[in-house]
Amino acid sequence: MAADQNIQSKMTLKLLGVVVGMFVFGFALVPLYDIYCQVTGANGKTSGPYIAGAPLEVDKDRWVTVQFLANNNANMPWEFRPTVRTMKVQPGQAYSTVFFASNPSRQTMMAQAIPSVAPFHAAEYFHKTECFCFEQQELARGERIEMPLKFIIDPHLPASVETLTLSYTLFDITQVAASAATEIPVS
Amino acid sequence: MSAVIENHHDDHHHGPDKGLMRWVLTTNHKDIGTLYLWFSFAMFLVGGCMALVIRAELFQPGLQLVVPEFFNQMTTMHGLIMVFGAVMPAFVGLANWLVPMMIGAPDMALPRMNNYSFWILPFAFGMLLSTLFMEGGAPNFGWTFYAPLSTEYAPPSVTFFIFAVHLMGISSIMGSINVVVTILNLRAPGMRLMDMPLFVWTWLITAYLLIAVMPVLAGVVTMMLMDIHFGTAFFNAGGGGDPVLFQHVFWFFGHPEVYIMILPAFGVVSAIIPTFARKKLFGYDSMVYATASIAFLSFIVWAHHMFTVGMPIAGELYFMYATMLIAVPTGVKVFNWVATMWQGSMTFETPMLFAIAFVILFTIGGLSGLMLAIVPADFQYHDTYFVVAHFHYVLVPGSIFSIMAAAYYWLPKWTGNMYDETLGKTHFWLSFVGVNVTFFPQHFIGLAGMPRRYPDYALQFADWNMVSSVGAFIFGFSQLLFLFIVIKCVMGGKKATDEVWDGAEGLEWTIASPAPYHTFSTPPALPERATA
Repeated sequence: MAADQNIQSKMTLKLLGVVVGMFVFGFALVPLYDIYCQVTGANGKTSGPYIAGAPLEVDKDRWVTVQFLANNNANMPWEFRPTVRTMKVQPGQAYSTVFFASNPSRQTMMAQAIPSVAPFHAAEYFHKTECFCFEQQELARGERIEMPLKFIIDPHLPASVETLTLSYTLFDITQVAASAATEIPVS
Repeated sequence: MSAVIENHHDDHHHGPDKGLMRWVLTTNHKDIGTLYLWFSFAMFLVGGCMALVIRAELFQPGLQLVVPEFFNQMTTMHGLIMVFGAVMPAFVGLANWLVPMMIGAPDMALPRMNNYSFWILPFAFGMLLSTLFMEGGAPNFGWTFYAPLSTEYAPPSVTFFIFAVHLMGISSIMGSINVVVTILNLRAPGMRLMDMPLFVWTWLITAYLLIAVMPVLAGVVTMMLMDIHFGTAFFNAGGGGDPVLFQHVFWFFGHPEVYIMILPAFGVVSAIIPTFARKKLFGYDSMVYATASIAFLSFIVWAHHMFTVGMPIAGELYFMYATMLIAVPTGVKVFNWVATMWQGSMTFETPMLFAIAFVILFTIGGLSGLMLAIVPADFQYHDTYFVVAHFHYVLVPGSIFSIMAAAYYWLPKWTGNMYDETLGKTHFWLSFVGVNVTFFPQHFIGLAGMPRRYPDYALQFADWNMVSSVGAFIFGFSQLLFLFIVIKCVMGGKKATDEVWDGAEGLEWTIASPAPYHTFSTPPALPERATA
């Protein structure tokens, strides 16, 4: 009987170990998901600042249309729009454009823009060398700002893609930034 | 501890204690099974009343009875209570009653933990139900509680919801650890794994599923808690998180959860059909392997719940084919049940009626699931009443019919009295008609495009909604008849024999009816094994 009890307690402890392991695994899914999205470009996620290796060869024969979209997340009162809505670009060539934002509210606010590229499988070919989405924007009441974006389309962009859409959603993070003062990972 | 008990081994300790404290302090698997079953029936009625509020509002187009905010609370609470409060505890209750009796064990392996895992539940659901009376109302974001609806836009009561889910999870995890340890250690000498009744097998596999995914559910609600109160941004895109991540983690729990609610039902039906067909179960081994395959596949198909979030085409194709693969082991089971009935000398007592209805109606639900697995079709069906019809077909005439079949089948063994067969059959036919009148029309309105979770709808859906509501009230009120039948059977009735059913197989039929408070204190000698 005592031996049986021993086996049973061992098995119970092992199963509790599995429970703890699966709880940790649930949290491990968070970084795993981010890595998965960055590797595959799933979800339209673009990667961080592009650091040029060997200079890309400009594809003189190909023109790609890039569309810019700017949206506000719910309850975000800022005015936020691209200054140019579409650009015709050549893969391999560096371009720059500017987005406009202003804070019409009565207090200083913090904002974070989150990019997404459609079609999703083109996301990994959209290189941003400089982007306002890499940092947070703080605007005092009534303040206006022009925010730069520099990008290169990778010449390896699949031939089927003729139009790319880069969409930004602007989030109000005043509260989050104030309460946590955490390092917010940007992509 | 066991030594202490053995020292006091006199006859006065063999019966249950008297009074309320018997139930509070009990560590007896039969008492705890009874508690679980009554608790789940109470929750079934509470969740059922919420369903009737929903169906009453949808009886006609327009807003008649409740405000949309309350309607949302009803859909949310109905789902949560039925899944976590009615179906899951009912199966745990059946496991408590039956697993030790089926494997010839004196009790569950961890009796004190068994007591805790039950008594957590009333507190968990008390907490969940109390949110209905809080400022801002109960959770209103659907039972799947997708972020950011359940984080940024949730009512303040969401914190109570989160802790209630934590408690339910702890209860399920303790219950399933107990089942695994019991089955693996306390089988009667000579009973090999492949000799176990299928109900024991399906519960063993279900328990492993629970141990694997309930912690993930606990993790996802913890992340919500941190997002809401501690300024993290797991699901907040503005802070670097991703709301789609919520859906992935949730469904990584959620899809195995679906099978947690159906695998024990397979076990119940595999016990009942052979008895009333008077034949051995066809394909025992393939049943075991099919159950294990379904359990394995349940971990790798979760994203078929979220085809419309925008996934790469390769992902959609993978999840589509993987999902369809589940139809193979499920089909094996359905054909095995049919083959068991084939050329059997069948009789149609109430448990058999529920079991046959299970096979037919569960298969309908399974086939509509196959339709939903088709990616391009799912884009049309997603979040419509077709989905509602699909999962209610597998859960109501699936899981719940099997629980009722089990109740009728083992009630004579539990109480020592036969239930009233005429009333039982009346209950079956009312439920059968009610379920189909409720849920079959929802296929039509879903295909026609009516979205789920809205308190109002376009005029074109009016007729079938009215039919569906009538069916819901028939089904709902016929459960009061079930309550009456069970109480009548507990109070008295024709005495049941020890075997109860002519030719029923299993160790539980070798003990007296009603089952004595302590059974198999010495392990039973197994009947001569029929060589296959």
